[in-house]
Amino acid sequence: MKRAFAKTLAAMALAGLALLAAAPANAQKLVTSVSTHRVLVNSSFTGAELVVFGTIEDAANAQIGKYDVVVTVRGPARSYITRQKGRVLGLWVNTASREFTRVPSYLAVLSNRPTRELGEPDFLRRNRIGLTNHVFAQQIGRDVADVTPNDPFRSAFLRVREAEGAYISDPSGVTFITPRLFRATVQILGTALTGDYEVETLLISNGTVLAKQQTAFEVVKTGFEAFVAVEARRHALYYGFTVAILAIVAGFIASLLFKR
Amino acid sequence: MPIYLPIADLPINIFLILGLGAAVGFISGMFGVGGGFLMTPLLILIGIPPAIAVSTVPTHMAASSFSGTLSYWQKKLVDQSLAFILLGGSLVGTWGGVWFFSLLRRLGQLDLFIAIAYIVLLTGVGGMLSFESIRAIVRSWRGTPAALRRPGTHAWFHGLPLKLRFRQSRIYVSAIPVVVIGLAIGFLGAILGVGGGFLLVPSLIYLLRVPTTVAVASSMFITLMTMLLATVLQAAQNHTVDAVLGLTLMVGGVVGAQFGTRAGQAIRAEHLRFLLGLLILGVAARVASDLIHVPTELFSIIPVERLR
Repeated sequence: MKRAFAKTLAAMALAGLALLAAAPANAQKLVTSVSTHRVLVNSSFTGAELVVFGTIEDAANAQIGKYDVVVTVRGPARSYITRQKGRVLGLWVNTASREFTRVPSYLAVLSNRPTRELGEPDFLRRNRIGLTNHVFAQQIGRDVADVTPNDPFRSAFLRVREAEGAYISDPSGVTFITPRLFRATVQILGTALTGDYEVETLLISNGTVLAKQQTAFEVVKTGFEAFVAVEARRHALYYGFTVAILAIVAGFIASLLFKR
Repeated sequence: MPIYLPIADLPINIFLILGLGAAVGFISGMFGVGGGFLMTPLLILIGIPPAIAVSTVPTHMAASSFSGTLSYWQKKLVDQSLAFILLGGSLVGTWGGVWFFSLLRRLGQLDLFIAIAYIVLLTGVGGMLSFESIRAIVRSWRGTPAALRRPGTHAWFHGLPLKLRFRQSRIYVSAIPVVVIGLAIGFLGAILGVGGGFLLVPSLIYLLRVPTTVAVASSMFITLMTMLLATVLQAAQNHTVDAVLGLTLMVGGVVGAQFGTRAGQAIRAEHLRFLLGLLILGVAARVASDLIHVPTELFSIIPVERLR
């Protein structure tokens, strides 16, 4: 049902963009829109699907293949500790660890072809195109800095996050409907953090960025879920007592029900 | 059917949680243990963040031990004076354990220490329980009378001062070993994130010679008190108690505990101890296999807990 709703919104966004596309040629080169700006987390939330739509202006003689599009979605920042296991006296124990500070909790890179084909490595790094070209700052002593891409901790971090589905790299995630109109589907996991998600769309041709568009959506808790999450924080002690009393009540009801 | 957990921030199958609560509640009611040493690793296994699991499990243990305690209390099986002295010792021990916990975390070897402590303790307690109960079972097969309580024999701590008579337990013993057991249980409980019932029941039975049913009932009462306290403290300090997860576990847990309590009373004491011993050995084997097997992924990622 939620999906059908998202599709309706997407269709509306598409209709709006079609109108924009017909605007005069001196308009912006790239126009994007996201199917919803608020993803609501309720008691049956198991993830969501959003659609990013975009049109390329000034493309009277556009053909499929002339332009490339990269859509990057970044979730709220969070810090992570990555631990490495090693063998000590025959036992597998954590031997080393690194902290990645304030890296995206969600990162999706969607493009119409593999990002490494879109330009020189230097160009890709400068414009943060592709998963590995993002900045993953590590806490090194008192300093915070990113390290070389082949660093074992850095590549392990990306590998594990990708396996969890929190980081996504999809070289066919952007599809051209017409030479001027494209869409990208963004999958949000049920474990997504609440907060602001940035959507950055780059229009690329021949190793240069022709245009850049930013938009955003937010993931928010609603109803009972929001109430519990807020109360657990705002009135922590009362919340604790309430849960403890609920535990006693649950135990009491059960012993009443099962009394012979 | 998925349900969204508002503090853990993830959706999970409600029937999985209900079933888990019922299964652990059954074991908890049967053996008079909190079941934390089973529930915490199981929750982490199905994807609940460890910090949420450790602080939400006490809510479930409080609920299932309340319904169990109530039925033991009505049968006058809880030795109140013994329970309160143990409780006092365990509160001090918990404080010491929390301090030692942060020391180990600074040294960076907390995981290893916890795993080894689990294996040593579980193997020791589980092995002792199963070995002793097998002897008792064999003895009852042969028809020789049980020689568990020999009136003439005294352990060294029976010579200590401050002797008290514990009526329900039918023991006359110094308060010092009782406080020491309480201290040790509180200390280990804080470090391992468990209620400590699986250590308390055997210590009461084998060290203090408390009858099995009184040991189980008193241990359950102590578990109830410490778990209620843990719930409030974790909620106030760390904001990591997930009410939805806790309530779902409770509903399964209290039902399971009722059946467990009855099953525990229907089974002969030495068979009960043998089963508990096997269960504890099983968990020890599981923890040990994680340390010995080559992991498929050498790296693991955990979010730094946001002190929101």
